[in-house]
Order: sequence, then C-alpha cells, then structure tokens
Amino acid sequence: MIPFIARRLVQSLFVMLAVAALAFALFRFVGDPVSQMTGVETAPQDMERLRVELGLTDPIPLQFARFVGDLVTGDFGYSYRTRQPVGEMIAQRVPATLELGLVALLISLVVGIPGGIYAALHPRAPGTQALLVGTLIGVSVPTFVIGILLIFLFGVKLGWLPTFGRGGTVDIGGWRTSLLTLDGWRALILPAITLGLYQLTLTLRLVRAEMMDVMRTDHIRFAMARGLPLGTIHYRHAFRNTLVPVVTIVALQFGGVIAFSVVTESVFQWPGLGLLFLESIRFVDIPVMAVYLVLIGFVFVVLNLLVDLLYAAIDPRIRVAGAA
Amino acid sequence: MRAFLSQSEALHLLARSPLVIAAALVALLAIAGAALAPLIAPSDPYDLASFSLVDGLRPPAFLEGGDTRFLLGTDDQGRDMVSAILYGARLSLVIGLGALAFAAILGIGLGLAAGWIGGRFDALVMRIADVQLALPAILTALLVDGIARGLLPSGARDEVRIPVLVAAIGLSLWVDFARTARASTLRAKNEDYVQAAIAMGVHPARILFVEILPNVLGPLVVIATVDLASAILLEATLSFLGVGLPADAPSLGTLIRIGMQFLLSGEWWILWLPTAFLVALVVAINVMGDFLREIFDPRLR
Repeated sequence: MIPFIARRLVQSLFVMLAVAALAFALFRFVGDPVSQMTGVETAPQDMERLRVELGLTDPIPLQFARFVGDLVTGDFGYSYRTRQPVGEMIAQRVPATLELGLVALLISLVVGIPGGIYAALHPRAPGTQALLVGTLIGVSVPTFVIGILLIFLFGVKLGWLPTFGRGGTVDIGGWRTSLLTLDGWRALILPAITLGLYQLTLTLRLVRAEMMDVMRTDHIRFAMARGLPLGTIHYRHAFRNTLVPVVTIVALQFGGVIAFSVVTESVFQWPGLGLLFLESIRFVDIPVMAVYLVLIGFVFVVLNLLVDLLYAAIDPRIRVAGAA
Repeated sequence: MRAFLSQSEALHLLARSPLVIAAALVALLAIAGAALAPLIAPSDPYDLASFSLVDGLRPPAFLEGGDTRFLLGTDDQGRDMVSAILYGARLSLVIGLGALAFAAILGIGLGLAAGWIGGRFDALVMRIADVQLALPAILTALLVDGIARGLLPSGARDEVRIPVLVAAIGLSLWVDFARTARASTLRAKNEDYVQAAIAMGVHPARILFVEILPNVLGPLVVIATVDLASAILLEATLSFLGVGLPADAPSLGTLIRIGMQFLLSGEWWILWLPTAFLVALVVAINVMGDFLREIFDPRLR
C-alpha cells in the first residue's frame, strides 16, 4: 500500500509541474507583462528597469523556478485588470462556487443513484422509459438553455424564485455563505439544478449500466437461487459491487462541476470562480487565467489521487497489482 | 472484426425505429436549410441595408400583428428571424464541421503515429491525452480562446474569430479519435497482413492509412457524429458566453444571447426560435449517433 501511494504522489507532482509550466508559459509569453503593468507614457528606460527588477531578464528555468516557488508560498501576483492580488480575488469567489458545486453534486447523487437502481431493476416499467428519455434530453440540451428555461418558468412566469445573484449571505470567518439564509437557499435552487442536471444524467446512466451488469453475474443468480430476500440481494450484494465505478465518476465529476460552473454562473450572474474566469478571458487578464488554470489542475489532481486511494481501499485486487 | 451489418439488416433496424428516421429528417432539413441559406433566406442578415428599425419586434406571421414578409417575426433591429436563424445555423455548422475535421485529423494522425512508433512518443501522446480528458472541453476551448486573444493584436481579432473558434473547439475533441486510432494500430501491428506489408517494403504511411485505418472506420464515424453534436454545442456555449462570435455575425449561440434580453418582455420568438432550432439539431444528431453506435457495436443490440 505504501509504495502504491508513494508512486501515485510522485506522478501527481509531475502532473502539477506540467500544469504549472503551462500557466507559466501563458503568463510569460502571452502578451508582455511589463507593458501590461505600465501605462503608455512610461519611458523605455523605466520599462527596462522594471523588466530587470521583476527578473524577466533572468534565464527562463530560473524564472520558472521562481514562479513555482511563488505559487507554492501562495503569492499569486496581481491582476492586470483590477490591480488587486489574484489570491484575494480568487479566495473571495471560492465559497460561492464551492457551495453551488456541492449542492449540484448532491442533487445529482440523490436523484441519480436511486433513479439508476430503479431503471436497472425495472427495465420495462414506464417510469424507466420516462427516466431514459429524460436523460437523453439532459445530455442533448445545452446547460445554458436549461438555465434559461428554468429562469423563464420559475423566475418569470411563476415568479417563485430569484433569477440572479446569491441572495442574502452571511460572513463566517471570511467565508461568505448563502446556506444560512432562506433568501440564499432560494437563490441557490435554480443554478444548482442547472449545474447538477448534466451530472445527474451521467450518474443515472452509469448506475443503471453497472447495476444491470452486476445483476447478470453468477453470484447474484446464486443468491436468487438460495432464495435470499430481494432487498438483500439488490442492496447488499448487487449495489455494493457497483460502488467502484460510481465512486470514481462521482469524484471526477466534482472537478467537472467546478469547471462547468462557468456556464451556469454566467447565466445566473452567480458571483463565483467561473464568472471571474470568464471576465479574465474577456479582458485578457493573464495572471487570473494562469492561477485559475493551476487551481483547476490542482483540484483534478487531488480528486484523481483520492479516487485511486479509495479504489485501493474498496478493491483489494488493485492494491496487489499496485505493489507488484 | 466483423461488426458491420449487411445493408438489409441495417435497413431493417432503421425501419423499426421511427425516432431515428425523424431525427435524420430533422438533421437533413436543418443542414440543407443552413447550406442553402443564401439562396432560400428571405433577406441577408449581414446586410445592414436590407432591414430597418421600422419593422422591429414584429411577431411571427401567424400571430396577431404579424407581417407575411416575416414568417417568424423580426428582432429589435428589424432583422427577419428566418434569415437570422438560417445564416446562424450556417455559421454554427461551418464551425462545428471545421472543428470536427481539425479534431479528426489531429487525433487520428497522432493516434496512428503513437501506436506505430510506440515507446516514449506513445507514452507522451497518451499522457497528454489523459490530461486533456481530465480537462472539460468547455475549459480547454475557453483557455485556447483566451490565449488567442492575448497573442493577437486587437485589430486582427475579428478576422480570425472563426479559425480561432475552430482550433479551440477542435483541440478539446481530439482525444477520442486518437485513442481509437491508436488501439487499432496496436492490434493490427502484429497481424500477418501488416507484417507482410512491412516485409514487402510498403511505406509506413501507406500501411497506416490503407491497411489499418479502414478497420476502425465504423467506430470513428460514431465518434465523429457524437463529436459534431458536441462541437455545435460548444460553439453555441462559447458564443452565448460572449467569447465566441460577435453580434454582427451571429451564430445560433449569439442569437440566443441576444434573445436573452427579451426574456422578460413579450417577444418570445427572438429567444425561443433559435434555441428550439439549436436543440432540435443537436438532439437529432445525437439520436443518429446512438443509432450508428448500435449498428457498429453488435453487443448493444
């Protein structure tokens, strides 16, 4: 188990270095940092001095090492657009996106897993057909259209829910949460459904496919032949065997949820990371883009690592293969 | 691998699924309408002289207050919606097909080369593919678009919008092509017919494209169909987010973004008609993709 973990850690480190290299290239070679930081009226010799001061004349490997060092110590530089520290800008936006993403993921699991099990156990039921048609729509209809539909239906026609922003937020030690006010929850419902729907269809289809596979295996047939109660067979024997792929997809999906929040946040004007990234692309705000890239890369690498470790915990065969 | 159906079997399967026939019809109509837009559209939405504000916000012809000149109504500028949608679909399809071609050429090329050369090159390509796969397509496309914005002088940005979008979307879709092409190359490399071709001194490129590639044409067609739907969706999403095409050359996504301004007022047609067109097109292509997968993968039948 230990060598397995160690090897995966080293691999993850290399992936993070690659992502950092990409971010560094973005920062260093796309546009000129010095001309971004100075105005038109700056004298050429002042720009040259700034260039030396910032270390932009040093050898590239040294610059990259310094870049990585800054990232590791939490110094993310300054935004070209707002002149604020990028670290602060991102930290302000993280709670909004994280809360949205977690609630979306929760919706996709709470509906997707039971839905998938039901569809697998009752393949001919009309409910299953309805679920499957629903998933086809969920895959084909773009996220932003679903957002617009929900806004139109529940925001404009029925007037039940707010259609933009986070509603009331409460500040708890620097973490602005909207989960503690009724207003905040009301504002969260539509964006969370929009963001979670695509993941929900994926979860439902996956659980259904895995469950159907497991139900065909010999040990389930044997359990049936023994006359065990159906509930025991379905949940203790069958569902447990679908856990490995389901855990993987769910964990990897969370990264996807964070990334996809760009679209949802834009539709609902949700003040999270995605909206910040979109603004930084529109204004070619390279430092923010670079740090967002590193952050997303980090989330994916950590999730991947966790999935592999969970795998090893759930399925002993992987541990053996890893040690060999 | 003998996964293909005979023609009559395929037709039989087709006859059983009216949904697929309907989807094919919808896709065909949409594509024909888009391709023939300059011939059949009532007006040219790019020509500012062809519409006037006087005709603005007309409802569709079949509603009260409608004008028979504008079958599906007009937007706030007085632009005919039929023309705007057909021309918009044309742009969406051109970008979608361009991105698909980009992804297919890059992916198949890299996949064949990786499978054939093997070793470090193979490992490198597959690691890049892994990272690419972990990054959602929308992020890759946004990132490429952002980098292009930074690299290009601001005056040149509008002229290269379409190539940039094609590259941004194409770069996020190449992995499936590469994996499929690589797998088939690895399988076929040790087969007798390939070994014979090597012994005969046939050029590797010829072996790859003439002997090996035809083996996976079926799965590649399935990937291409599904990816076409993804490419169209990605373009629409980027344009909706405002980083795709500008408002003076609107694709379907741009039309939907413009239509959002009328969500609260009564002019539903400006928003919902392009949206319905986009969704119908993508659903139709996806249904056809599912059908093709069933044909090429007998296990699913």
